[in-house]
Amino acid sequence: MSCMRACPTAAVRIRKGRAVKLADRCIDCGECIRVCPRSAIVPLTDQMADLSKFKCKIAIPSPALYAQFDSETFPSMIFSALKQCGFDDVESVSPACDAVSIATEIFLNEYRGQYPLISSFCPTVVRLLQVKYPELVDQLLPVLAPREISARDAKRRKSKETGLPPDQIGAVYITPCPAKIVAILEHPGMQRSNLDSAVSICDLFQTLAAAVSRVQESEHKIEAVESAAGLSWAFLGKYPRSLPAENTLSVAGLPNVIRILDDIEKGRLRKYRYIECSACLEGCVGGCLTVENPYLARGKAIKLQQSLPAGCIVDRREVETSYRKKEFLMDEYLTGRPLRPLDDDISRAIIKMKDRDQILAGLPKIDCGACGAPSCRAFAEDVVLGEAEKTACVFYWQKELADRIEQLAGLVRAQRQNIGGVS
Amino acid sequence: MPEAFESVYHVLGRDFSNAGKVSTTIKDTLKRLGISPAVVRRVAIVSYEAEMNLVMYATRGKVTLSVSRDAVTLNIDDEGPGIPDISLAMQEGYSTSTAEMREMGFGAGMGLPNIRKNADEFNISSEVGRGTKLFIRILPAA
Repeated sequence: MSCMRACPTAAVRIRKGRAVKLADRCIDCGECIRVCPRSAIVPLTDQMADLSKFKCKIAIPSPALYAQFDSETFPSMIFSALKQCGFDDVESVSPACDAVSIATEIFLNEYRGQYPLISSFCPTVVRLLQVKYPELVDQLLPVLAPREISARDAKRRKSKETGLPPDQIGAVYITPCPAKIVAILEHPGMQRSNLDSAVSICDLFQTLAAAVSRVQESEHKIEAVESAAGLSWAFLGKYPRSLPAENTLSVAGLPNVIRILDDIEKGRLRKYRYIECSACLEGCVGGCLTVENPYLARGKAIKLQQSLPAGCIVDRREVETSYRKKEFLMDEYLTGRPLRPLDDDISRAIIKMKDRDQILAGLPKIDCGACGAPSCRAFAEDVVLGEAEKTACVFYWQKELADRIEQLAGLVRAQRQNIGGVS
Repeated sequence: MPEAFESVYHVLGRDFSNAGKVSTTIKDTLKRLGISPAVVRRVAIVSYEAEMNLVMYATRGKVTLSVSRDAVTLNIDDEGPGIPDISLAMQEGYSTSTAEMREMGFGAGMGLPNIRKNADEFNISSEVGRGTKLFIRILPAA
C-alpha cells in the first residue's frame, strides 16, 4: 500500500491484494519504486544481455552517474570501466548540455508566445503537463534534451568510423530514473528517439564499480570530454542551467512542481520567462534508480565540477548554425493527453459529480486506504465510475451491517409481541 | 434547464496561507467535468484574481460556482469595505493596494480589469461599508 499512498497522481489502486497501475494517470515518476518495501515494482530497463542485438553499443551516461562514485573517480575512469563492461564506446553528454543551453537561449530570445516557458528535459514533468495541465503543454520548451542530441551525434560519428549502418548501432542511456526509459519508448515531441535502450544506474553499479577499481591500476584511459556546466545538469542549481538568473526559476520535487504549475495556470507567473522543472528533489542525482544518497551525490558532483573547466566546451557559432537547421528542435508537437473526465458528456459528468459528492459525504474522509483507493474522494469517484463497490469501505460496510442487525432485531421484537407473552 | 453542478466555497480575509486553494479546487472540478482546457484556463485566472481580492480586501466572502453544459458561472459575494468608484477600480493600473500586498506580488491594479477581460459576461456592484458582488460567466468557445 506504500506505493498507493506515495503516488502523486493517484494512479495506484489495490485490487485483490495487488497493486494495479491506472496507466492513463501514471507519469512515470518512480515514487512507487522508491517506496516499495519489497522491491516488487520493476522498471522497464534493459539488462546488459538484452543489448547483444546491436553490433556496436555506445553508452550515453547521465551525468548523475559520475556522482555515484567518490570524487577521486574521474569521468575518464568511468568511461574506461563502461568499455570493460561491454560497451564499444562511450559518449559524454556534457557537450550536448552546453549546446542545448545555447539553443535554449536562442529559442527564448526569439519566442513570442505565452510566458513562462517550461523546461521539457525531465520526461516526468512533460507527462505531468500532458495529463494534468494540458492547457500548458504549448508552453513546454520544444528544444531536444541533451541525451537525445548526444545519442544522435554519437551514432553519426560511430557510423562514419565503423561503416556500420546507424540501425546496427545502439545508443544506450545509463539512466537514473524510469521516466527516461518511457521517454525512449514513447518519444514525446519526436518521430522517434535517437536512443535505443536504457540501462539503470543501480543495475549496472556493482559491475561498473568493480571495473573502475581495475582501471586505476591499468594504463588504459580514454579521454572524456566534460564541462562544469554540463555536469550541473545532474543536480539542481539555484538558477536554470547556463541561463541568466533574471526572470527564471528552478523548481524540483513533484509537489513543488505541481504548486508552480498551479500558479502558472492561474496566470500568476507571467513575468517569468523560463521555469526549469525537475520531478526529483535535487534533480537527476535524486532519481529512484541511483544508488547514492542524493545529497551526498550532489556534494560529489559539485566537487567534481570544481575540477573541470568553467567555460563552454562547444563552439557557439557551430551550435547556432545547426540550430538554424532545426537540429535542436522537436519535430513533433507535444499534445495534451488529459485524464478522461467523469463522463464524455458534460451533463452526465455533472450528474456523476453530484453522485460522487453524495457518496463522499457518507465516507469517513480519513483516507485510510483499506478500500484500495488512496483517498475517500478517489474511492467515491471509483464507485461512481463503476470501478469499485461501496461495500469495499469498511466504515460504510460496518454501518450497513449495524443497520441491518438493528432491522432484524426490530423484526424479532415484533414477532415476539405477536406470539404474545412468551419470553 | 441543462443539468447544473453547484458548489459554494468560503474565503477568509487576510488568510494568506490558504489563498489560492479555492481557485485550485474549482479548476480541478472543471477538469473532472470535462470542461475544455481553454475555458478551464480562463476560469482559473478569473477565480484566482477574485479570490485574491477577497483575501486582500474583504473580511470574508463566498464564491459560488455553477457549471452546466452551456456556461461556467461564478458569483462572488463579500463582506468588506466596498468600492466607492467602480469605474475607477476597473481601470488598468488603478490600485488601492498597500506596500505589503505589492511586496507579495499582488495589487498591481490588474485584478478587476483582468477578470473582465477573461469573462464573457461580467457584472459588478458594490455598497461602501458593506461589500462587493461580482457576477462572471464564461462560455465555451463557439
